[in-house]
Amino acid sequence: MHIKFERRIQYSKTMLVLVPVITILLSIVASSVVLLALGKSVLLTMHSFFIAPFATFYSITEIFLKFGPLLLIAQALAVGFRAKVWNIGAEGQMVMGAIFATSVPVYFVDSTSLLLLPAMIVLGALGGMGWAAIAAFLRTRFNANEILVTLMLTSIALQFLYYLLLGPWKDPMGFNFPQTVMFQDEALFPTLFRGTRLNVSIIIPILFTIAVWIFMERRFGGFKLVVGGLAPNAATYAGFSAKGAVWLSLLLAGFAAGLAGMSEVAGPIGQLQRSVTSGYGYSAIIVAYLGALHPIGIVFAAFFLAVIHIGGDIALVSANVPISAVHVFQGLLLVFYLATYTFVNYRPRIVRHAHHKQSVVAP
Amino acid sequence: MTTIEFLLAGTMSAATVFLLAALGELIAEKSGMLNLGVEGMMAVSAAVGFVITYESGSHILGFAGAGIAGIFISLIFATVAITFLANQVATGLAVGILGLGLSALIGRQHESLTVIAPGGIHIPILSDIPLIGPVLFQHNIVVYLSILLAIAIGYCLKYTRLGLAIRSAGENPEAAHALGYPVHLIRYGAVAFGGLLAGFAGAYASTIYTPLWADGMIAGRGWIAVALVVFGTWKTGRIVLGAYLFGLVSLGELLAQSLGAAIPSQLLSSLPYIVTIVVLAIISTNAARLRLHAPYALGETYDGSEAR
Amino acid sequence: MAAEDQKPLLSLRNITKRYPTLVANDRIDLDVMPGSIHAVLGENGAGKSTLMKLVYGVIEADEGEFYWEGAPIDLRNTATARKLGIGMVFQHFSLFETLSVVENISMTIPGNRRELSQRIKELGASYHLEVDPDALVHSLSVGERQRVEIIRCLMQDLKLLILDEPTSVLPPQHVRSLFDALRKLQSTGVAILYISHKLEEIRELCDTATILRDGKVTGTVNPNEKTSRELATLMIGRNIPHVVARPHDIDTENPVLKVTDLSAVNPDPFGTHLSGINLAVYGGEIVGIAGVSGNGQQELARLISGEHRLRDLPANSIEMMGTPVAKMGVTDRRNLGFAFVPEERLGRGAVPPMALSQNALLTAHDRGMVSNGFIQRKTVDNFTTECISDFDVRCSGTQATANSLSGGNLQKFIVGRELMLEPKLMFASQPTWGVDIGAAVSIRQRLLDLRDRGVAILLISEELEELFEVSDRLYVIRSGKLSPSLKTADVSPDDIGEYMIGEESTSASDRTIQAETADAH
Repeated sequence: MHIKFERRIQYSKTMLVLVPVITILLSIVASSVVLLALGKSVLLTMHSFFIAPFATFYSITEIFLKFGPLLLIAQALAVGFRAKVWNIGAEGQMVMGAIFATSVPVYFVDSTSLLLLPAMIVLGALGGMGWAAIAAFLRTRFNANEILVTLMLTSIALQFLYYLLLGPWKDPMGFNFPQTVMFQDEALFPTLFRGTRLNVSIIIPILFTIAVWIFMERRFGGFKLVVGGLAPNAATYAGFSAKGAVWLSLLLAGFAAGLAGMSEVAGPIGQLQRSVTSGYGYSAIIVAYLGALHPIGIVFAAFFLAVIHIGGDIALVSANVPISAVHVFQGLLLVFYLATYTFVNYRPRIVRHAHHKQSVVAP
Repeated sequence: MTTIEFLLAGTMSAATVFLLAALGELIAEKSGMLNLGVEGMMAVSAAVGFVITYESGSHILGFAGAGIAGIFISLIFATVAITFLANQVATGLAVGILGLGLSALIGRQHESLTVIAPGGIHIPILSDIPLIGPVLFQHNIVVYLSILLAIAIGYCLKYTRLGLAIRSAGENPEAAHALGYPVHLIRYGAVAFGGLLAGFAGAYASTIYTPLWADGMIAGRGWIAVALVVFGTWKTGRIVLGAYLFGLVSLGELLAQSLGAAIPSQLLSSLPYIVTIVVLAIISTNAARLRLHAPYALGETYDGSEAR
Repeated sequence: MAAEDQKPLLSLRNITKRYPTLVANDRIDLDVMPGSIHAVLGENGAGKSTLMKLVYGVIEADEGEFYWEGAPIDLRNTATARKLGIGMVFQHFSLFETLSVVENISMTIPGNRRELSQRIKELGASYHLEVDPDALVHSLSVGERQRVEIIRCLMQDLKLLILDEPTSVLPPQHVRSLFDALRKLQSTGVAILYISHKLEEIRELCDTATILRDGKVTGTVNPNEKTSRELATLMIGRNIPHVVARPHDIDTENPVLKVTDLSAVNPDPFGTHLSGINLAVYGGEIVGIAGVSGNGQQELARLISGEHRLRDLPANSIEMMGTPVAKMGVTDRRNLGFAFVPEERLGRGAVPPMALSQNALLTAHDRGMVSNGFIQRKTVDNFTTECISDFDVRCSGTQATANSLSGGNLQKFIVGRELMLEPKLMFASQPTWGVDIGAAVSIRQRLLDLRDRGVAILLISEELEELFEVSDRLYVIRSGKLSPSLKTADVSPDDIGEYMIGEESTSASDRTIQAETADAH
């Protein structure tokens, strides 16, 4: 007896809605098993993960603080994934965005110019795009696999970051910690509410989401990208440039990740330090998939993952659950998502090897 | 020990990690399965291998546990990508992310602890040759086993019916099925074998090469193993060469320290990644050559016999 | 002996196979007698191939029973079928390109390679199916690959041989030698299940014919006792329709398409190189390119369409509407008035999971469908609706996905979309491959109507009947080289066959002689 999948004539809309729900439920079940194995309280952990983040106003603003970069990067990655351009180095592009943006306050330590922040925004975006452009160039000119290149570039970007923090950019008054000077106020985004860290940069991901939605749903350029991802030969047949799709996907992701890196140093962190990315570049991959690579779905997915990130911090304190449990939960989400998504396009059929074959068709 | 001796000896040890993982990935890819979860499989196995070795004092138990862990993670990949027909690239990434998380969880109470690496073997006569003997013939047994394994795999793929079966699943799964080969079963087996070797690679890394546990210690070596399969254009001999080249490159940081060169250590740490990118660009330029050597159906989902 | 012969070798009872979109085989009954050549006749999409894959165990039936020499059997996989003595030659061969002939054969036949090579040579010589055991499959012609598949079947203990449309890849002359080999096989007591949609072949070769229509058996007859008309009625429910050709004028002044001395090295190691291609197509004529598949048709098509561009190709090696286009991309060529129907429907001519309206946008985007970069949905929908109704595309509407349509209907949609672009030069590659007769005739008629309006049409086809039905002139492509231009009215299918075979016929007989001398020693 085994399961066989038969392709549906039309994809199932019901399953499309059910998939994220089932994915989350399965991930909760599976991670509960892990928690039990660790001897932790499942109920307390789940409470910390999903309920506690909404307990205080501050905590809610922290959710939105994480929501911003996740949303920004995931939107751009999803565009690439739909074109089958596998940029998994958003983490490195984010680091380079943060580094480029940081060059401004590091070299103009005493400046109070109002141009500081705009210059950082521009440099942050350029830093991310430049780093992504290396991968785009190597892919289009030398056919080098972008998965491996973007990953290696991330490792290199991190080493570059460590070099700067331990060497030329180290804060001379920083007790030898690997970090830069704290930025002056003019190099920081103004916060939205007194006493919180949520700042005006949240507007960037929201505007970006709207732009991506218009591009993918209404623009011919978005259509071309999707054709290239679904049927590369059809794209060639229609005269849509495959190289153009690679460049567009990677530059868009570099732009978004660079801005995200910039918003971190010019926002909650206020300086450049080793943990500048908080793993957003990798989490955004999960957000993009969990949102079905759709601009609207990604908004919900980004919010969900932001909640879990905050919940993970809370669980560390309240239930003594290690922070790596959050990473396991993220991995489980993506694994279960990919497995259950099959039901959108396929109908499961249980085949029994009896002499007179009978088949059970599930709805 | 002179610098040259140190380099040669270190290269063999460092290369074994790359070689084991790359050989496993080669078998998986030959069957048509592009498993990008090698980094995750290695991380979990490294943690499991270390914890077991630390607690039991037995490297053999550690390797066994690591192998089982590698197979377990690889079967998650196989189930989602083969039975549930999911995109192999995305599934490999998912398993990789899951594996990195799990490894941190498993190793969290052994962070920064060390075990004692077992000594090398002593081959009579060979090990006693001056200069060459200590450098080439006094390593851990795993070093030599990995080379023997490479030869066995090369032979199996080329000359045996099992090798033909694996290649047929990766070249043309529809035709393989039409001839009566169980494509899905072959692919499950190949992926699991890849998991086993990734497991051994992880255990070697955490209990023999650098016998300590630190979160993130695999540090991209699983990805380099994936790249090595491309560098070797799916040929065993070239993969061995590539693994030893990267073994050497990964010693750059230690070498610079021993020479007292004034190069930032971060640049040397980046060296394996930079070399990977450069070599990848050079090898990939000739798309026709890759097409000739790559398994034709690599990365393609085979949805069973229902094709008409 | 005679009584034994009356017991069927293989019997199918009530065999049913369902797919999400259709019932491919609906309660099929079939009896194959030992030593008979039994035809399974039906048009494309009637369910013949599915039925044969069921018999060979490639796929499993949903319902029904199989009996082998009277006993019920469970055909679960192809190994079971081979053990019984069933062999199959697939339409799309089940060979591995990177392996040699003998390696391919060793995948299912036990024995060491030296013995196998020897047997391959012996069988090849005795059935006139010579192949080099050590040749890599990708270096073989389509005809040679078919020989490998047949020899592989002969090397097992064969009682029933299934051939799926074996003549579709052969020039007329080779069809005859295939038939000779099959008759010789029959004389050794082997039964043959012969799948085809070609009435004349079946009348020539087969002693029994089971006819399928829409997955159902519509009759089992002796084909020699029936007229073609009667067989056609069983096959499609009416007489075979034909296109109506009218007298027409050809503008012989300026060629609409002119290819001059086109040579191209194929970067694909398994592909064909083109050398010294010269051809011209004038307004108001259909020019056909005949040839056995794999002789450079795909490469030529990609160079003409602009999907593949070569840096070192002179711009004027391809000219369209008087403009050198070899350096131009697909879009620029289309802007000159070029339209193209590619040979693959799904994945090239159309994006499988996309709606028909989105597939209209694929190539018709210049017809007011995009304004300032924004997609004009209304225009797209109007175009799609018109295409669906004008070209009789049976589907659930503009939102139906391309992969939900039958092959014939999707092909009508793609042809319709390209025709609605009002091209000056129309290029169609295998436009009726695998589609039902109704759709095929309607597509051919559309091409003729287009020609009558003065449009230049280039048509690549592997079906000689089609080329003779619609084209004014013909070229034959072989090993990447093109024959001189031939007036269709002046040549016979056998003449075309000679061009398709080329020197191969001599080299094949050379090999026969070598094999015979080898036997003598």
